[in-house]
Amino acid sequence: MINFRGLMSIYKFEMSRTFRTITQSIASPVISTMLYFIVFGTAIGSRIEAIDGLDYGSFIVPGLIMLTILGQSVSNASFGIYFPKFTGTIYEVLSAPISPLEITCGYVAAAASKSIMVGTIILITSSFFIELKILHPFYMLLFLIIISVTFSLLGFIIGIWADGFEKLQLIPLLIITPLTFLGGSFYSIKMLPPFWQEISMFNPIVYLVSAFRWSFYENSDVSILSCVLAITSFLLVCVVVVILIFRYGYKIKN
Amino acid sequence: MSEAIEINNVNKVYSNGFVALKEINLKIHSGEIFALLGPNGAGKSTLINIICGLTKKNTGDVSIFDFDNEKSYKQARSLIGLVPQEIATDSFEKVINTIRFTRGLFNKPNSDKYIESILKKLSLWEKKDQQIRTLSGGMKRRLMIAKALSHEPKILFLDEPTAGVDVDLRKSMWEQIIKLKQLGVTIVLTTHYIEEAEKIADRIGIIDKGKIILVEDKRDILKKLGNRKIIFSLANEINELPKSLKHFDISVDKNKLIYFIDKANEEKELPKLIKDFAHNSIEVSNIEIKENTLEDIFIELVKK
Ligand SMILES: Nc1ncnc2c1ncn2[C@@H]1O[C@H](COP(=O)(O)OP(=O)(O)OP(=O)(O)O)[C@@H](O)[C@H]1O
Ligand SMILES: [Mg+2]
Repeated sequence: MINFRGLMSIYKFEMSRTFRTITQSIASPVISTMLYFIVFGTAIGSRIEAIDGLDYGSFIVPGLIMLTILGQSVSNASFGIYFPKFTGTIYEVLSAPISPLEITCGYVAAAASKSIMVGTIILITSSFFIELKILHPFYMLLFLIIISVTFSLLGFIIGIWADGFEKLQLIPLLIITPLTFLGGSFYSIKMLPPFWQEISMFNPIVYLVSAFRWSFYENSDVSILSCVLAITSFLLVCVVVVILIFRYGYKIKN
Repeated sequence: MSEAIEINNVNKVYSNGFVALKEINLKIHSGEIFALLGPNGAGKSTLINIICGLTKKNTGDVSIFDFDNEKSYKQARSLIGLVPQEIATDSFEKVINTIRFTRGLFNKPNSDKYIESILKKLSLWEKKDQQIRTLSGGMKRRLMIAKALSHEPKILFLDEPTAGVDVDLRKSMWEQIIKLKQLGVTIVLTTHYIEEAEKIADRIGIIDKGKIILVEDKRDILKKLGNRKIIFSLANEINELPKSLKHFDISVDKNKLIYFIDKANEEKELPKLIKDFAHNSIEVSNIEIKENTLEDIFIELVKK
């Protein structure tokens, strides 16, 4: 029998943590995105020529949202599961009649919800600075949800693996932030010299940003098909890793 | 009727190679209060954590009212409430919300009425809207108990529930525990206070170095515990016990008389014994009382 109430308990608990720390969890990503937007979009952007017929301010909106939701998903989910491990309250979840899958769903759904909320708020904020145009709102929303879920899963994995606060920060700092910055959030891959263009093709985040930007303006650095493929396989990899973790009880149980 | 808990051949080796449990076999009867005693590091918490699903066992089976705790973990765990040894709470959560959270985790629909009754029983009702960090240590421990009871479990594990709890409160907790037993809840507790086990347990198990070395009815074990002895040092050596003293449980060791107290008749016997000493002109130069503590029983049992 599915323990739906258990799953919802975790979800509600995590969401109430979000609202309790509303400034930290919602206001801070919004403020930092607005700063990016003012500096890169408005101040510097006015001196940058249009990319694919888009003014620079419009061009960076999808990238900025991606930058934020990737970071937010990973940190929300990793913190969400790491913190109870750290304080010891995890005992409750582990001794409850709730399956690993249900636990994961609770934490990941909460982290993803928060990311989607933050993403939506940034989208609304940006509409005050530029004229917003979304050609494929359905796909935009779909990508937003899938990518939030995928990176929340990744964050969940990091949170289970981490046995200290440094490790919690390590992967976001060393891998995710650099890859996002180099993933075409602020520029088109086509602007790079050919060698770096090819290197960029190995950066999974290029595909996410591309797909997301496509849903806005129908222009994309790589084909939309390969984007969808990349997004799907990334999601699957995360799901498989989570399953393996629970099968072998890695680091949660003695 | 099926046993509340049945443990067969459970072994546990921690990842660092430490053997924490060796061939544990134990049955906990439905409706009893079982006290698990043992020195620090004996393996009490390890055993409880294995039963509750917090720690993986290496071999053996555990079943909870006939549900295997791994194969049918959902059914098994929904019958169990656990109060772990370490206090762990979400500091910024409200008291009432944390209880609702636990109840939800165990797939029970919210019941404000039931939650109110638990909080009142554990004298936490006035604190229900406060953040947990504002509670005292003893209140936090009671809160942990309230959480464990929030989903109406049939078995309650209390891993040192009274550590750091003041004397009055400890006594009221015993009363609560006995009340739970009357409601049909099976209770397994660990403690370092022998008095506690003496007061409330039906059966006592002693574990040492990962092995169960004794499981007995409280009354039987108390007989062993009750072995207090008084050592009278005599002014003059005697060879044989005077006849009138022979019906006492006394042994002679040169200038010492060792008297084993019969706990039940202590108050009647002791004055008589002292009178008889006077009758027989036995002169006592020193009196020493030795209590058989749980420690002595441990040592005695571990030596075997
Ligand atoms: N995660 C672990 N890894 C390695 N050894 C462990 C681990 N947890 C416990 N132990 C060891 O297992 C033994 C039993 O520990 P346990 O916590 O079960 O003891 P206990 O009987 O509950 O003691 P106490 O009365 O102090 O609570 C101890 O020697 C302890 O050091
Ligand atoms: Mg212990």
